Amino acid sequence: MSSNYDDRDRGFDRDDDNDRGERGGRGGRGGGGRRMHRRKVCGFCRDKIDLIDFKDVRMLQGFIPERGKILPRRISGSCATHQRMLSEAIKRARNIALLPYATD
Amino acid sequence: MFIVDPETGADDVTRLSDNLQQIITDLGGTITKNEDMGRRTLAYQIGRKTEGHYILFEIEGTGREIAELERRMRVNDQVLRYITVRVDEDRRRAEKFKAKRARKASRRSSSGPAGGRGGSVAAQPVAEEDGDA
Repeated sequence: MSSNYDDRDRGFDRDDDNDRGERGGRGGRGGGGRRMHRRKVCGFCRDKIDLIDFKDVRMLQGFIPERGKILPRRISGSCATHQRMLSEAIKRARNIALLPYATD
Repeated sequence: MFIVDPETGADDVTRLSDNLQQIITDLGGTITKNEDMGRRTLAYQIGRKTEGHYILFEIEGTGREIAELERRMRVNDQVLRYITVRVDEDRRRAEKFKAKRARKASRRSSSGPAGGRGGSVAAQPVAEEDGDA
C-alpha cells in the first residue's frame, strides 16, 4: 500500500520538477536564491578612470564594507582589470595606514 | 609617502623633510611634488600611536636616490613608515588609454578621411616616495 502511494506521488512530483527545471534554467534552483544574472556595468569603465590612486581614500572606502574586506568583483561590478588595480591600491593604502586591515 | 611621528614639532618636521629632499637632489634626482598632507588619524596603531603626520614626495630619478632615501628613513626614528610606489609605468599606460580613446572619439566624430593624429606621450621616470620604518 505505501509503496503504491509513494510511486504515484513521486511520478507526479517528478514531472513537475523536470518541467520547471528545464524552463527556469539550472542556475536558478542551485544558486543562492538569485535567479537572473545582473549585468552591472563597471563603474571605472563608465567614468573612464585609468589610474586608481591609493591615496584617494574616499573613493577606495566605497569598496571596503564594514569589516574592511575588499569587495569581490561580482558584488562591486568591476571588470577584471580594474578589480586588479583596485585591490592593489587598497593593499597599498592598508600598508601606509590609510585604510584598515580589519575592523571589528 | 611617509609618516612622521606626530610628537615632533612643526619645525622638526620641516627640517626632516628638507633633509630628505636634500638627499635626493644631492644625488641628482628632482623633487617634482612635495605635499604635506598634515596630521591624520591612522587606520590602525603603529607603535602605540594613533595619529601620524603624512608627507608625500614625488621624485624623478634613478633607483639610487630612492635606495639611499629609504635607507635613511629606515634608520631615522622619527619616520614611522614609508612606502615607495613606482608610477611612471601606470601613468604612461593611463596616458596611452586616454590618447587611444581620444583618437577613437575624434575618428568617429569626423566622418572624413581618418586623420590618425597620435598624441605624443611624454614619458618620464617618476616615482613617489612614502615613509616607512
